[in-house]
Amino acid sequence: MLAMIEANLPALQVVLPMLAAPICAVLGRGTRSWTLTMAVVVLTFAVSVSLFIATLDGATISYRMGNWAPPFGIEYRVDILNAFVLMVVSGIALFILPYARASIAFEISEERQPLFYSAFLLCLTGLLGVTITGDAFNIFVFLEISSLSTYALIATGAERNKRALTAAYNYLIMGTVGATFFVIGIGMLYMVTGTLNLADLAQRIVEHGDSSTLRMGFVFILIGVGLKLAMFPLHLWLPNAYSFAPSAVTAFIAATATKVAIYVLLRFMFTVFGFDYDFQAATLRHVVLPLAIVAMFAASIVAVFQDDLKRMLAYSSIAQVGYMLLGLALLSHTGLMASVIHLFNHAVTKGALFMVAGCYIFAAGTSSISGLRGIGRDMPWTTAAFVTAGLSLIGLPLTVGFVSKWYLVLAALELNWWPVALLIMASSLLAIVYIWRVVETAYLQPSPEGVVRKEAPLWMLLPTWGLAALSVFFGTYAALTTAAASRAATALISASNMLWQ
Amino acid sequence: MEELLFDLGFVLTHYNYWMFVVLMMTGLYITVSYGNLVKKIVGLNIFQTAVFLFYVSTGKIVGGTAPILTDDPDAVYSNPLPHVLILTAIVVGIATTALALALVVRIRETYGTVEEDEIIALEHEMDAAIGGER
Repeated sequence: MLAMIEANLPALQVVLPMLAAPICAVLGRGTRSWTLTMAVVVLTFAVSVSLFIATLDGATISYRMGNWAPPFGIEYRVDILNAFVLMVVSGIALFILPYARASIAFEISEERQPLFYSAFLLCLTGLLGVTITGDAFNIFVFLEISSLSTYALIATGAERNKRALTAAYNYLIMGTVGATFFVIGIGMLYMVTGTLNLADLAQRIVEHGDSSTLRMGFVFILIGVGLKLAMFPLHLWLPNAYSFAPSAVTAFIAATATKVAIYVLLRFMFTVFGFDYDFQAATLRHVVLPLAIVAMFAASIVAVFQDDLKRMLAYSSIAQVGYMLLGLALLSHTGLMASVIHLFNHAVTKGALFMVAGCYIFAAGTSSISGLRGIGRDMPWTTAAFVTAGLSLIGLPLTVGFVSKWYLVLAALELNWWPVALLIMASSLLAIVYIWRVVETAYLQPSPEGVVRKEAPLWMLLPTWGLAALSVFFGTYAALTTAAASRAATALISASNMLWQ
Repeated sequence: MEELLFDLGFVLTHYNYWMFVVLMMTGLYITVSYGNLVKKIVGLNIFQTAVFLFYVSTGKIVGGTAPILTDDPDAVYSNPLPHVLILTAIVVGIATTALALALVVRIRETYGTVEEDEIIALEHEMDAAIGGER
């Protein structure tokens, strides 16, 4: 029995939440569906941890879906990089769910809660599926499963603010255009190579050499995924979607959805197209790198002038995506490592910050910064969590944010691009400005009279502090994440070097 | 002279791709430029259909028949894989359209309109109302 479970772990990773989703929808009551979701999420996390341990030494697990041999059948391929991302996604879900219990009960009416948890599980299925699969078209299908359920999850915010509906609609239009671009790109790769398996694609692209069809395929995939991950000029859907979604949803998608899209980009750029593909290297240096730097500044400056806390954090997310893109655009081992570490670090930090915003909405009924005057005295624990995660967002030593920025600066200096290194540090100063605005309002300004605000319930506070504490823990014991990220970067580079040489 | 203008033969033999490009651009243009939320979805559908046609036409082989096994050993078959992929993509497209239309219904119920400019005006009023309370 145990051996059978172990052999089918990659399938279970996706199948468990997928099967639980329809069951959840018919359970009829919020508590029951939450319990089922929680149980499934714990199991999913256990599966992803065991996959991570199995791939830690550099091994690759290849699972044949339905026992059809690759490259014809769909292959689930787990290596250290996607095992790491799987663990991040299911781990974040594990923190969000206990939090969601109270937060969702507050923001969504009882009869809609089973459907909410069902959509949540589908979203988790999609995100895990995108990460684990080794088949290009399968990535598209899972990407759409996660996106469609995300649109629905965002729209559930309409009970508090009807603008969630238009936010979800706009995200749907842009997300679908992005996904369709991605499919066009895959179609062009298929025209060139006649295969959809990622490993097989990589090999055949090398045999085929460069061509204009391949270049178009690359550009379509870059723009398609760029829309999904809110690459700078393609980010317009993000601020509204994050501001008006229910708090638990915002925390979940901010911590996972864009990270999974970054993973897809990494996978295509380095496993499929290869580290040495000239056209890709030129695009990264001349298009993605400048855009990433513009994002770091433009989005941070916009964030400084926002009044809504969730909207401010959303703009900050666009800036942080800029750091991740910058890391991979540097095209070096250290840069890639910085991207992978920042993927994890930002998931933890932004998850915690959005959860704090949710606590404020729960207790004070507002997330507008001017409405949070003096809240630091009424809700000391929540605000302390905000400060901790905020310091990590800025990149103070002993927090995770410092580790990824350190490697990012190091990667820029390795190439002797000291202006880039300076820009990274300068944009961190902007993060100080927008985080300080909140801290100042929360601690130094007097509370408005006659307002009673109680500390958020324990079940919301504990997960929030869990993530905030993780951001300090992994900042102090950075060896754990850097070792995994370093191995993932080595695996990506060595695989593509072997092919092109 | 012919080379200076364009290679007519190339254009004619790739006419399926030109049709794909025209349809795709039509769809994208409607999605981006129209203010009516339902018309945007129509544009999105045209855009997606263009991609379906693109996939299906790449699978076509000259003289090939439908990929059904016959007794004829010399039979040439069209490539069935892109066709199967597009069946999946059509399902995804239908799900997207259904969700988008459901959202439009909800937007119509709460805002009373499906015109983007009117919705934006309403949202600006909401923003102004929040600003006024402070």
